[in-house]
Amino acid sequence: MRDESFLKDKLLPIGTVVLLLIAVWYVAAVYLNAPFERDTAGRASTEIGFSQIVRNTMAQERPVLPAPHQVIVEIWDTTVNKAITSKRSLVYHAWITLSATLLGFGIGAALGVLLAVGIVHNRAMDRSLMPWVIASQTIPILAIAPMIIVVLNAIGISGLLPKALISTYLSFFPVVVGMVKGLRSPETIQLDLMHTYNASPAQTFWKLRWPSSMPYLFTSLKVAVAISLVGAIVGELPTGAVAGLGARLLAGSYYGQTVQIWAALFMAAALAAILVMIVGLAHTAVLKRMGAKP
Amino acid sequence: MTSNSASVVSARNLGLTFETSDGPVNALTGVDLDVAKGDFVSFIGPSGCGKTTFLRVIADLEKPTAGSITVNGMTPEEARRRRAYGYVFQAAALYPWRTIENNIALPLEIMGYSREDRKARIERTLELVNLSGFGKKYPWQLSGGMQQRASIARALAFDADLLLMDEPFGALDEIVRDHLNEQLLKLWARTNKTICFVTHSIPEAVYLSTRIIVMSPRPGRVTDVIESTLPRERPLGIRETPEFLEIAHRVREGLRAGHSYEE
Ligand SMILES: Nc1ncnc2c1ncn2[C@@H]1O[C@H](COP(=O)(O)OP(=O)(O)OP(=O)(O)O)[C@@H](O)[C@H]1O
Ligand SMILES: [Mg+2]
Repeated sequence: MRDESFLKDKLLPIGTVVLLLIAVWYVAAVYLNAPFERDTAGRASTEIGFSQIVRNTMAQERPVLPAPHQVIVEIWDTTVNKAITSKRSLVYHAWITLSATLLGFGIGAALGVLLAVGIVHNRAMDRSLMPWVIASQTIPILAIAPMIIVVLNAIGISGLLPKALISTYLSFFPVVVGMVKGLRSPETIQLDLMHTYNASPAQTFWKLRWPSSMPYLFTSLKVAVAISLVGAIVGELPTGAVAGLGARLLAGSYYGQTVQIWAALFMAAALAAILVMIVGLAHTAVLKRMGAKP
Repeated sequence: MTSNSASVVSARNLGLTFETSDGPVNALTGVDLDVAKGDFVSFIGPSGCGKTTFLRVIADLEKPTAGSITVNGMTPEEARRRRAYGYVFQAAALYPWRTIENNIALPLEIMGYSREDRKARIERTLELVNLSGFGKKYPWQLSGGMQQRASIARALAFDADLLLMDEPFGALDEIVRDHLNEQLLKLWARTNKTICFVTHSIPEAVYLSTRIIVMSPRPGRVTDVIESTLPRERPLGIRETPEFLEIAHRVREGLRAGHSYEE
């Protein structure tokens, strides 16, 4: 029953969309890369037929838009065909970015939860902190990232931590907002019940507010982990970092290596998808342990 | 103060006014009432007459704005701190992430009962409300009536001599309700608790109570107190006896006198 519906409900619609996108991509690649071929032919004063143009646009070294198979070959080359310790391995660069992402996500999630606990339990914190939390996200990350890196470098902190802190800066926000809502989600009647037991604030927190907030926590963690990855990549851009997906993107754009850029982009997208999926699985597992209706 | 020492709840000229944005709402005025130990007292009256509010004042969930009230001879707050009562809300209010037995364990954990003691009490109260064997189920796996019984079990699990029940069977069908009423009476006889019970149903009030408090709204006040002459032992069939019908008639008269239906 479930397997059948998986094929019909998931594979078919998603597969159709993917095929459509690939088709559009090929057409776009031909269209965008054709002028270069015509120019080259014009300069050499030779005639070039349409079918030749199409064939050539699929295999340029620095295409405006690389064809899908070029990107796939590049990804294959830089993952499977390179030792993962090599500087030319995409897995190596992905790992550098991932470690900053995870560290930043960890700190961001912890910070977000702590702030939310404070905001929910303390009126003064609610009034004074919440506006700052919101204001923090109105500053464009691209503006603040170089400053964080430079300032931390000046006091001798470099490498993983500055990048992770940019992830933290982005990821604590959804966690604060989600957890404030989650910790306030118990109904009056559930809180009244605790009151009739003369429960302490700590007991009310651990036995009511915390479990109530679990769905909110995981929903915000999904957003936070994806945004952490963005933070880590952004953190690699301004420093002229030599490693990481951000460095690959930057180097690729310096040297017009569009195939490399797209390969790094796809790697980043795949990483984000995997991270969100892991959080999603944890979400399901926790809700199941809490006896949620299947 | 004439309240004798055996009085569990004693209210003197009690009043409560809610300050709302539309002006003050007189939820209770001039309530004088004594509930003796072992009594089964029902509160009946039209919607909005302050039944829930009165129960919440006893439970220290609302503060009165006039008069005085004692619970077990103390202020409601002191009584609450000493865990003097169990409260059964109109909705079961079980925590959905806890199994039935863990829901019953909740007050026991908070009050610091030992693990073995908790186990024994869970078993005993589950049996008391006829839910043995359902301890490992989650609330959503139980019917509404079973959930409400579980919430009663939760209120019975710890040693409080006073049970406050706010329309616990309001949402249930007649048959289930009859059954639970019968069980509740047995439970009351067995446990010797004092019970304050809110209801909208005249037969339910008469069947269960030793005293019936008739209330009326705007402002919420007590208009009649009817002592039941029925014996403590009450089979369901008692509801067809002339004595029962006579008391039910008096309650109905009391309700009519306190409330004009022309409004
Ligand atoms: N928190 C509150 N704030 C303002 N007014 C309130 C509040 N709680 C109750 N009231 C008002 O007090 C009055 C009494 O309410 P209460 O809930 O005690 O009535 P009730 O007798 O329990 O009614 P029902 O039978 O419908 O449950 C009503 O007019 C209600 O609107
Ligand atoms: Mg009510």
